[in-house]
Amino acid sequence: MKNDKLASGPVGDMQRKRTRRNWLLSAPALVVLAAAASGPLLIVLVYSVLSAGEYGGVVWKFSTDAWFNVVFFRDIFDGTTTLADAHMKILWRSVRLSFMTTLITLTIGFPTAYVIATRPRETRSFWLFLITVPFWTNLLIRTFAILEVIRNEGLINIGLQMLGVIDKPIQMLYTDFAIMVGMTYVYLPLMVLPLYASMERLDFNLVEAAYDLYATRRKVLRRVIIPLVKPGIIAGSILVFIPSLGAFVTPRVLGGGKKMMLGNLIELQFGAGRNWPLGAALSVTLLALVMAALLIYVRSTQSHSGSVR
Amino acid sequence: MISPIRKRPPFSLKSQPGFGTIAGLCFVMLYAPIITLVVYSFNAGKYISMWEGFSLQWYVAAWGNEAVQDATIRSLYLAAQASVYSTILATMAALGTTRTPPFRGLTAIYAMINQPLMVPEIVTAVALLILFAMIKSLTGIQGMVYLVIAHTAFCIPFAYLPIRARLEGMDLILETAAADLYATPWKTFWRITLPLLWPGIIAGAMLAFVISLDDVVITEFVKSSGQETLPTYMLGQLRRVITPEINAISTLLLGLSMLVVCVLFFIERKFGK
Repeated sequence: MKNDKLASGPVGDMQRKRTRRNWLLSAPALVVLAAAASGPLLIVLVYSVLSAGEYGGVVWKFSTDAWFNVVFFRDIFDGTTTLADAHMKILWRSVRLSFMTTLITLTIGFPTAYVIATRPRETRSFWLFLITVPFWTNLLIRTFAILEVIRNEGLINIGLQMLGVIDKPIQMLYTDFAIMVGMTYVYLPLMVLPLYASMERLDFNLVEAAYDLYATRRKVLRRVIIPLVKPGIIAGSILVFIPSLGAFVTPRVLGGGKKMMLGNLIELQFGAGRNWPLGAALSVTLLALVMAALLIYVRSTQSHSGSVR
Repeated sequence: MISPIRKRPPFSLKSQPGFGTIAGLCFVMLYAPIITLVVYSFNAGKYISMWEGFSLQWYVAAWGNEAVQDATIRSLYLAAQASVYSTILATMAALGTTRTPPFRGLTAIYAMINQPLMVPEIVTAVALLILFAMIKSLTGIQGMVYLVIAHTAFCIPFAYLPIRARLEGMDLILETAAADLYATPWKTFWRITLPLLWPGIIAGAMLAFVISLDDVVITEFVKSSGQETLPTYMLGQLRRVITPEINAISTLLLGLSMLVVCVLFFIERKFGK
């Protein structure tokens, strides 16, 4: 099979024919993806350095205003320049809430994945199935389900009021807390699945060896299990962190336009804000953040597999 | 001198303190909101917080709502088209990228196919909004074609996954045997490869269908006025006073998704390793 070094002769000829066939088969999918997924990203990049049109859209004139406006705010009346507080606040909220969401899903997801992975083989797939079902159901509907639970007339507030714990409903909706709860809820399966995948392969002989050497349960967890499933922890964290950072539906429904994240700020620029270049620059910023996270992930997996060998 | 019966349970290698409790809570947390939503869709009252008895009136209301009918038909039509196109494209791509010695550009193809999974949806949505606005103003073409293209593109990686997995599990022996018996490559494909690949193709198509049906963000940006799909209609409704009608629609959509997931699970059980 490994004759790709033979460039000439009938074998090399067949090889080339095969490669051509493979490319031809892949081409239609690649064309569609280039037209409606990868290619348009370049247009966003171009738009971020154009001038804003008066009623949305752009004027084809080079301008760095959009990028300037991402970070700074120029007062229209006295022309003074200050840091764009609103943007910084939203950026910081996006990063902070994504980080918190990752942390909470890890705290809940780790024990859950562990418990599933240590079930008898026959029942494992059933528990795993229960984790995947919410994952394949509509994100908007799941967000809406959370909305019904935490709103002022929702399950939690009504319940607490009936128990007499509180007499006025706690305002949970339209807060950072609401967004965090929502994202935790919708992205939890993304944490459990990769964690499970690495825990399933856990070699319990190593755990046994640790107990034989008088390790406590806590120590076994910290010094044996966690280091062994580290790839799963990293994969799960990335899978939760990235969509959280780009979240749009959940903060829109649970933040109610009051508490925005980066995704909502981008939408605002293309809608009521009528500043497409700024929206494009913010999109590129978001993309850069995501790519940075992915890069860190790739680096860490490489160094990990490198240390094993 | 047999030792007395052990009182403590045998030492369990695998248990960790508190893990069971957290896992239990996790499952409750995952399902309680969904179950609440479903239960209140059968509420007789007008408000989603107070239970006033069982009724199907909100299903009737949703059924009779013209905007909902319209959005449902559009959603199904769009999802059907996107899933068919993306599955065909993904099947071809999977045939070109599996069971082959590595060739130059293979990693690039993988990267291209998986790209929609990496880029935040909102960025793709904005990018398509810009691109399609340009095309619309240049050519004047209107209609569903934009939504169909956008949905087809982001469904490709989802359709590709199960098809590729299925192909990788099939070895080339049967196809080689067919070729040895003088079957043409085309005949080999129709008579051997395709029948074996069906479970993967069906799984891919269903996955693509559900993904298309559930999409909010890209649809919200790409759609023209009057092109509401069910999810964008619901997103619009959530800004207003929420009635259990939304619960009823949600429950039906949930049911559909769960049905698909169950069928997929069954396919994997039956045909998987």
